[in-house]
Amino acid sequence: MSDVNQDHKLTLLRVVIKGLLLFLALDLLFIPLAPLHVLGQLSAYNLIFPGRVRLPYGENPDQAYNFSLYNLDAMFASHELSAGDKPANEYRVLLIGDSSVWGYLLKPEQTLSSNLNAAEFKLKDGRLLRSYNLGYPTLSLTKDLVILKYAMQYKPDLIVWLLTLESFPVNKQLDSPILQNNPATVQDLITTYSLNLDLHDPRFVLPRFWNSSLIGERRALADLLRLQLFGVMWAATGIDQYYPLTYDPPQENLANDQTFQGLQPPRLFLQDLSMEVLSAGHTLSGGVPIIFVNEPIFRSHGENSEVRYNFFYPRWAYDQYRQLLMQTCQAESWQCLDEWDLVPSNEFTNSAIHMTSHGTQLLANEIENAILSQAGP
Amino acid sequence: MSLIPLLLAICVSLIIGQFAKGRWRGWSLLIASTLAIYWLQPGIPIRHLDFWLHTACLVLTILIWVFTRSDELSVSHDNLLTGLILAGLILLIGITRYLGPICCLTPSRPPSFTQITLVIIAISSLALLVIRFSPGRAGWIYASILLILGLFIILKSEYLANMVSVFLRSVNAQSVELASPFDIRWLGFSYVAFRLLHTLRDRLSGKLPEVTLQEFVIYIIFFPAISAGPIDRVQRFTQDLRQPFTQSMETTLQGGQRILLGIFSKFVLADGLALFALNTINSSQVRSTGWLWVMLYAFALRIFFDFSGYTSIAIGMGQLLGIHLPENFERPYLKQNLTLFWNSWHITLAQWFRAYFFNPVTRALRSSPRNIPMPLIIFVGQLTTFILIGLWHGISWNFAIWGAWHGLGLFIHNRWTSWIRTRAIGMENRPAVQWMVGLGSTFLTFNFVSLGWVWFALSTPAQSWNTLLKLFGLV
Repeated sequence: MSDVNQDHKLTLLRVVIKGLLLFLALDLLFIPLAPLHVLGQLSAYNLIFPGRVRLPYGENPDQAYNFSLYNLDAMFASHELSAGDKPANEYRVLLIGDSSVWGYLLKPEQTLSSNLNAAEFKLKDGRLLRSYNLGYPTLSLTKDLVILKYAMQYKPDLIVWLLTLESFPVNKQLDSPILQNNPATVQDLITTYSLNLDLHDPRFVLPRFWNSSLIGERRALADLLRLQLFGVMWAATGIDQYYPLTYDPPQENLANDQTFQGLQPPRLFLQDLSMEVLSAGHTLSGGVPIIFVNEPIFRSHGENSEVRYNFFYPRWAYDQYRQLLMQTCQAESWQCLDEWDLVPSNEFTNSAIHMTSHGTQLLANEIENAILSQAGP
Repeated sequence: MSLIPLLLAICVSLIIGQFAKGRWRGWSLLIASTLAIYWLQPGIPIRHLDFWLHTACLVLTILIWVFTRSDELSVSHDNLLTGLILAGLILLIGITRYLGPICCLTPSRPPSFTQITLVIIAISSLALLVIRFSPGRAGWIYASILLILGLFIILKSEYLANMVSVFLRSVNAQSVELASPFDIRWLGFSYVAFRLLHTLRDRLSGKLPEVTLQEFVIYIIFFPAISAGPIDRVQRFTQDLRQPFTQSMETTLQGGQRILLGIFSKFVLADGLALFALNTINSSQVRSTGWLWVMLYAFALRIFFDFSGYTSIAIGMGQLLGIHLPENFERPYLKQNLTLFWNSWHITLAQWFRAYFFNPVTRALRSSPRNIPMPLIIFVGQLTTFILIGLWHGISWNFAIWGAWHGLGLFIHNRWTSWIRTRAIGMENRPAVQWMVGLGSTFLTFNFVSLGWVWFALSTPAQSWNTLLKLFGLV
């Protein structure tokens, strides 16, 4: 009897060891295969579920039916932009920028791209103006550049890049988690376009050996699956962000503080801003025209509003930024729009750049004019 | 239960099954189960309540064993030793209060050593007094039944649980404004209560076997089955417990397979489906009937995989420990009628209610001098049984309606079966027709059950009714 038990124990041990070895082999095989890139492109969006009208982003997945992930392939595969080949009769406009383009607190049908599409404008050559929302809610021009690089495969006819000063400071460029978790893409851009950023910035999440294994990438894999499962709720409800019942409006009474991102008045210099990222964008677009738009900001009328426009911007910095941006546009012959004061203060929601539906519509009207003049008679 | 505590519980099961032999098996299970109930309890904002709830669970278990005990067993050395070990364990958990940050057995700091000691002395004295003088055991048993039912009602009623929370907060000098029914989360109490009621009822009917205190406590708080069942019978459980057990390759692999299946069901399938399963919020957001059906089916599957997943894990862990817990699910959604569904869905709960409610009620009605017609007896029995099963999930209109939905469904099926029996003669000779009817019946049963989940998943009758109308495109 004890011999039988001994045999059972040995067999069990062998089963356990074999199981562990197989698992280890599979775990390690994941490293050279690095399949996340390919897996990210497999998507039920645009197949079973309609494509998302904006890139996946969200901090409250249970209520937003959306969440932030770092797999650019998966993010784009879930977007309506990936619905198939570009139709011959489409004049494709890609909108890139921050949360105001993405449409924070706005429903999908209220965003800038939806406003532009609502008019169903046809160019004289018969092509239909169709814009796509590629905004992403973090403030960094380098993040916009990464998205632009990825978006170029979708053959745009025009790019509209919305800007605000908060996206320009050099030290802010790599704050965005999506950049930190895509180090190879960002490092490639830094090298190719000689961006004024550190290739070895400690904020990069570099792939370590074990982190690239099946176990190490379990979160990324789970995120791919979650994105597909949330497709049901996107299809069923059309909801892709959490809308709180109440929120705090932009601050009217401001601190008597002149500093901006560690910079002191009176002068803002070109080297304080990552203007070279815009040049890189221009080069990257390879002849596809870009319209740069300095987006509207909330202008306070409360305490210390003579010092600051809003919580983000002291007047001296913002005024000089506008000047520097327009000078650069002129020098580089870029098409630029300065819409900083287009939207009245009561048309902002919870921050100095998040607009209401009506505010967004006002901006859309201006951009539509610019697009039409760019697209030709 | 989350994955990490679960994996630890599996490891403990493997170690006990492998190394604890003979009488050590019982002691190991007793110690592991006692520590587990404290450890698995989620944190509660009311001071020390997470400790006291499970101490109360142990106290209740010991007292009910005393009330239902057999005279020969009550004074045995083993029973005294079990009592001492339990007291020692409670004190040991209490001592972790003084270990500061390394305290890990309870979600919050346990109460003072003096308080715990006083409670142990009081309970021991009560138990010894009952054993010594034992004045009319039936009275104690009825009092215990009432106490458990009372606790049950409090825990399942949001209003009453909130009142208890207010009371406990005021006693503890904590903010009464923050009182919530969720403050009284007593992990596994439902299952503990069912097992205790079963032993009390079986004691009254003379069916309760002689069990030692050690066996009784292990049966009540057996750690693999504490949070989600199944509800075993003490007669069957103690049989397994008394059998010598050697963990063989076969049992380990069977148990391991079952655990893996359970983990996959719960943490992959159920948790994945939960992302789009019907709930109070998304039912009002959905824009199309088609997707609403998808969400409803997702709920139906989610609740199955969730519950059956936990059951599989419990059964698997039981196998590692030599305890063959009963099955709770047997492919319920593939059944061809509602009666078969309820014979394969949460089987142990349905059996419990059948044994301790449905059968006594119908028996009483049948023997009534008023000569009540049989269909009426079935109607009353099934409706009341299922309303009670519904209320077991929580005292609310929706759970009651969900119960009534199934009670009525079962009654209608019962009547239909009687009616069709004489009219479907010759069907057995037509396999194709039989197959088609079977398929249609499965489809119908699954959808009837799924539609019933609308009452279960949502919080108000109005919202549920509206969702049902929406499902049929009537809104």
